[in-house]
Amino acid sequence: MKPKLTFWKFVFVFILAVGVYATFVRFTRGLGGSTHLSDKFPWGIWIGFDVLCGVMLAAGGFTLTAAVHILNIKRLQPIVRPTILTAFLGYLLVCVALMYDLGKPYNIWHPLIMRNPHSVMFEVAYCVMLYTTVLALEFSPIVLERFRLYRAVKVVRAALIPLVICGVILSTLHQSSLGSLYLIMPEKLHPFWYSPLLPVFFFLSAIAVGLAMTIFESSMSAKHFGQQLELPIIQELGRVLLIVLAIYGILRFEDLLHRDALKLMFRPAYETYLFWVEIALTLILPLILLLQKKVRTTAGGLYVTAVLVVLGFITNRLNVSITGLESSAGLRYFPRWTELAVTALIIASGFALFGMAVRYLPIFHNHTATEPTLEEPEAAVAAGVLSHVGD
Amino acid sequence: MGKALLYDATLCIGCKQCEAACAEKNHLPYDDAIAAEDRQSEHKFTVVLAKGDKFMRRLCMNCSDPACASVCPVAALRKTPEGPVIYEASRCMGCRYCMIACPFGVPKYEWNKLAPRVQKCTMCADRVVAGQPTACAAVCPTGATKFGDHDELLNEARRRRNENPDKYVDRIFGRFEVGGTSVLLLSSVPFEEFGYPSQITQDPLPLFTYRVLSRIPDFVPLGSMVLGGVWWITHRREEVAAAEGATSKTVSSPVAAVGRKK
Repeated sequence: MKPKLTFWKFVFVFILAVGVYATFVRFTRGLGGSTHLSDKFPWGIWIGFDVLCGVMLAAGGFTLTAAVHILNIKRLQPIVRPTILTAFLGYLLVCVALMYDLGKPYNIWHPLIMRNPHSVMFEVAYCVMLYTTVLALEFSPIVLERFRLYRAVKVVRAALIPLVICGVILSTLHQSSLGSLYLIMPEKLHPFWYSPLLPVFFFLSAIAVGLAMTIFESSMSAKHFGQQLELPIIQELGRVLLIVLAIYGILRFEDLLHRDALKLMFRPAYETYLFWVEIALTLILPLILLLQKKVRTTAGGLYVTAVLVVLGFITNRLNVSITGLESSAGLRYFPRWTELAVTALIIASGFALFGMAVRYLPIFHNHTATEPTLEEPEAAVAAGVLSHVGD
Repeated sequence: MGKALLYDATLCIGCKQCEAACAEKNHLPYDDAIAAEDRQSEHKFTVVLAKGDKFMRRLCMNCSDPACASVCPVAALRKTPEGPVIYEASRCMGCRYCMIACPFGVPKYEWNKLAPRVQKCTMCADRVVAGQPTACAAVCPTGATKFGDHDELLNEARRRRNENPDKYVDRIFGRFEVGGTSVLLLSSVPFEEFGYPSQITQDPLPLFTYRVLSRIPDFVPLGSMVLGGVWWITHRREEVAAAEGATSKTVSSPVAAVGRKK
């Protein structure tokens, strides 16, 4: 394992160095000198990937807490903590990404006192702010346990169910509202992606990605962290994923049909190719795979499917936020190196922070009296790799 | 419904005095090089386009129900009762949602500044409030750009078109587009030729998001109740099972005990 760790350490340090320099460029030269954004194309990958995909990838948090605490599916309990950790880190990093993207980041608090309830962005800002607080509270028992503050743990646990309900409501609202952001541009967004159902699509796909990310994390931690994989749990998630994807697929098709956009599907165009990449990754391949019992019940099969679903919906978010707007803007956008470097820095920070949290906090093992140890070790992607970064 | 501008392209001689007056009013640089620029930018809020001997102005349409103001999370952009859509730089946090939402691509950004502002024509709001015409209308030597009450100008536009139906295209741009705008345009050539959108909704764009957004206050208590109800039922089953002494393997869960706090 040693040489591999050194390699990843090198990669991490490289991303860190380039990212720090890109940060310097961003805050000394402004958005014009650090991005390929323009008056015609004001939103790039910092919104399309860092924010839209960031929030989506963190959706496991509300999906899993709802399943365990509201639906009372206790079999899933062991993976709640790593999922909450992922969600909490995800939202913190979305806030960091916003500091890069906003023209005047020091005004980020303005929505607190300068309100416009007719703005979807205003609603998203509030929900993200409140939900990050909820996640901090849901996450707090893990930190408090670490410092043996059991009385405080008890207080938080007493408020757990209301907190979980708040979290699910807030998530439903802002996951769907990220789609509603684009409702205001019926003429600008390409008909493959503009739909009155955008909020519904964003919400359903957030659930699908939440499930896929949880499968992915569990598999990766089994691989890199030497944890035992809880196959029955991810099989369960795989079955739910199949149903969610099928519902999403039917709705997506019906929507294209009723908006008379199906006829565009075979017209050769830039958008058509990316549309098919998206549809293949989000629907065709995962559905074919999950319908095979052999895939649905094996760790490897579920892992591959989860990766496809995650990549597919990343493509979907980028299609909505970038591909679909390029033709009406009359240009092709490709991010500048600084934009890519900052995005890489944010992703790498996520991995490193996850690794550190796993190392110093009781994420997998739980030895306290307040919560009996139901937990089986499960972790996320970077856990194995990057928990060693600090060595 | 407040004040408006009527621009009749058939009267325009392309002298660009409106461009110069606009730059002066907004403290922007203006010289021959800038006069030659043929698009709106952060330093040029209005532009006179030319195609042969035909002209067309581009400027902020100051929509009656503006998308930019509806999407702004901090209400930095606002529609005033007098007509102008104004911008308060001190509120803005630079999310640029207004730029992506505007159907006419009007708001521009100071990309190369460290404290960038959104820049656009604000229909000389201070002058309008003081009862004066906009700088562009005041300077126009031919009356191609005319300032006045919205309804009166609309009537005048209709009258001009009815009197000379062959001279004008059959459309007063800004009468119905996105629910109406405070800038009305008349032209002898189709507006699309000067970059105005050909297909555009007649519904105010804010309706598209507000239809969804307005349901949120209802959804919150309803959703919370449903979730609370589901929680109660899924955990109630356990209590019953425990009370009946049935040894279900799920009974010992900590989660159920936690939420119940006696």
